[in-house]
Amino acid sequence: MPRYLVGRLAGMAGVLLLVCLFTYAVFFLLSPDPAVQVCGKSCTPERIDQIRMNLGLDRPFWTQFLSFLGGLVSGRTYGEGANAVECAAPCLGYSFQSSQSVTDMIWQRLPVSATVAVGAAVLWLLVGVVSGLIGAVKNGTWVDRVMTGLTLGGLSIPNYVLALVLQFVLVVQLQWLPFPQAVPFGEDPGRWFLNFVMPWIVLAVGYAAAYTRLTRANVIDTLQENFLRTARAKGLAPHLVWRRHALRPALTPVVTVFGMDFAGLLGGALITETVFGLNGVGKMAADSIAKNDQPVIMGVTLLAAFFVVIGNVVVDVVYTVIDPRVRVAA
Amino acid sequence: MTSTNRHPTQAGFLEVRDLTVSFPTATGRVDVVSHLDLDLEPGGALGIVGESGSGKSLTSLAIMGLLPDKATRSGTVRLDGEDLTAMPESRLRRVRGDRVAMIFQDPLSSLNPYYTVGAQIEEAYRSHRRGVTRRQAHRVAVEAMERVHIKDAAHRIDHYPHQFSGGMRQRVMIAMALTTEPELLIADEPTTALDVTVQAQILALLQEIRRDTGTALVLITHDLAVVSEITDHIVVMRAGECVERGPVESIFSDPKHPYTQALLDAVPRIDDEIGALRSLTTTGGRP
Repeated sequence: MPRYLVGRLAGMAGVLLLVCLFTYAVFFLLSPDPAVQVCGKSCTPERIDQIRMNLGLDRPFWTQFLSFLGGLVSGRTYGEGANAVECAAPCLGYSFQSSQSVTDMIWQRLPVSATVAVGAAVLWLLVGVVSGLIGAVKNGTWVDRVMTGLTLGGLSIPNYVLALVLQFVLVVQLQWLPFPQAVPFGEDPGRWFLNFVMPWIVLAVGYAAAYTRLTRANVIDTLQENFLRTARAKGLAPHLVWRRHALRPALTPVVTVFGMDFAGLLGGALITETVFGLNGVGKMAADSIAKNDQPVIMGVTLLAAFFVVIGNVVVDVVYTVIDPRVRVAA
Repeated sequence: MTSTNRHPTQAGFLEVRDLTVSFPTATGRVDVVSHLDLDLEPGGALGIVGESGSGKSLTSLAIMGLLPDKATRSGTVRLDGEDLTAMPESRLRRVRGDRVAMIFQDPLSSLNPYYTVGAQIEEAYRSHRRGVTRRQAHRVAVEAMERVHIKDAAHRIDHYPHQFSGGMRQRVMIAMALTTEPELLIADEPTTALDVTVQAQILALLQEIRRDTGTALVLITHDLAVVSEITDHIVVMRAGECVERGPVESIFSDPKHPYTQALLDAVPRIDDEIGALRSLTTTGGRP
């Protein structure tokens, strides 16, 4: 097991390095000259050249990439002399538009994104798995058909439409929720919670629908397994057949998908955060794209990739706990 | 109904009468087992043979009350005089796995991959013996594994099904069935998924268990060689019906029904000429 873990972590480091290289190369090749952006409106070609030299943009790709990696590990300084800016480790780049290091910008917004992701995840897991189980038990009945219809709706409705409809119904018409307003948790936890209710629902609906289908299909498959026939032939009561023999194999694939989905969301829920004006990583990414703030876009891309890679490893490790076949092979 | 159906071979312990299992289809209900009678005395061994689709396995599931939801069953299944078909589900569960145990064709898929074989064997025992401690159940499980000749049982008990070979898995299934000392063991194609040498070992094991415990055995197979070795009576099924029944020797020496003759002809013999492939004999009637 420890050897397996070390191997997986080494592999993860390799993948992350490749992701860095690829992302860096994409932005290096495709994005407009950062020096022009730094220079601003009243700019001369000489000034651009000078900035380019100052930031090391005139150096070859590999040299620049290594400086970037160095910044990740031990921080770096952009520019020289009076104009120099510090970027502490792990430095994901520096946004000259915001005069802030990308790491700091992400760090400030990550709690919001994490809150959105965690709340939504709890909601969609509960709703998705429970309704999937109901669908499997009621397989073929009208309950199942209604739920299949609902999941189709949940999968097809776009986030932003649902967000607007919810705001109109819950806030304007029924007035069950207050008008969303940023309130820190420490100030008024109740109000803070209410603010997140709609984002959670909006984000969770699509996932819940997908998880309902996934759970339903897995449970129905598992119920056909021969070992369930064995469990019944042993004389086990139905609830024991379900609890001991059906649920674990049926829900194992859900763990895989959940790990990926949740990790992906930590990199920011772009649409949901933007629609509700939540100052998370997703909204920052959207804003940065609008402003063409290249270091930030790259930083968020790397962050998202980072979470997905970590999520993958976590799922693999969790698998060794829940599935003995993987454990022994590991 | 054929006349053979009305002449039970034995009487007493297991009495199946007029067992019919049917499934709904687009064109109405279809009987997959029809008007079947079976008889087995305590400690006896009955072979049910027939090709795939002849209703053998459904017969065993019908005896256990484990048919799929869509299937309907009629007729009676008496075990020691008690009609299992009239029993409420909760009482039937106390019979299943305790007085009547079952082993299946594919031992790998019949064992839950998520639990150790020990946990699965102990579960079979504990679900029928209220108040036994974990330690007692563990001891019973180790004993059962030793009984089916799994070496190093005390250690192997903590292994998972995928860590066993095919034959060993079937031994685990048999050990699981033995913990409660059942009066009747139903083995549904227990050797079909195994290779030939292992088949012989499992059959020898079943015979040994019969001899030592006095358990009655219903052996379901398409393989006539298998039934000839360990059962004393045979029921030949075809398309859900019994076409012939009787003691093993008389069926092998003097098969009455053309279908039985065809089945016997299909068994490869060691003195067959190599390369001289015989085509299967076709018999008339409903397929």
